[in-house]
Amino acid sequence: MRTPFGSAVLDAACRLLVPFVLIFAVYVIAHGHDSPGGGFQGGTILAAAVILIRLVHGQDAIWGLTRVGALRLACGGVAVFAGIGFLSLLFAGNYLDYGVLPLPLETVKVRVMGTLGIEIGVAMAVTGVLVLIFDALTAWGEED
Amino acid sequence: MVSLSIFFQVLIVVCAVAAVFTHDLLAAVAIFGAFSFFSAIYFAILGALDVAFTEAAVGAVITTVFFVTAIFRTARRTKR
Repeated sequence: MRTPFGSAVLDAACRLLVPFVLIFAVYVIAHGHDSPGGGFQGGTILAAAVILIRLVHGQDAIWGLTRVGALRLACGGVAVFAGIGFLSLLFAGNYLDYGVLPLPLETVKVRVMGTLGIEIGVAMAVTGVLVLIFDALTAWGEED
Repeated sequence: MVSLSIFFQVLIVVCAVAAVFTHDLLAAVAIFGAFSFFSAIYFAILGALDVAFTEAAVGAVITTVFFVTAIFRTARRTKR
């Protein structure tokens, strides 16, 4: 949104709400293999927090994530996903076969760590793409 | 439990039909958000908590915001 429509009440509510939303998103991402949730849902909640900030404060008073930053986040998420996949290919496993990664842990823990890395990559990609879709929808004809 | 699932099935169908036949697009988007919430609750009743979580996050929050911003760029009412 180029022009914000925030008032004092909306501003205060946004400032109260956003930290809890971010903490919940990180919890959903990190705890995704033991409870409902995962990379996609956590990334969606992260994007919801960023979009809430954009709705209240506008794009000029930007806070946290610029448009180029969102693009970099999306590409970085894809790079993390593909990088972990090809890393396990490098250590004589299959693509996304985390068990062969040379971490100083048991095999089960190594698999958990690999899944966590994949979910972080998915969350980064989903957050960046959703914020980019919102920016593309609200860009009123002007391009920068 | 069966009566509860039938209740939410009826609510989902009513919300879908109302969202299609509403001429005010903003009201249609609001009804579509209600549809998403009811289907999320129905998924949770069926035991698919992961799908319900995804439906509540994507269908009810992100899709509604995207539709409202898209309506800002067009006319609010459909032609009769």
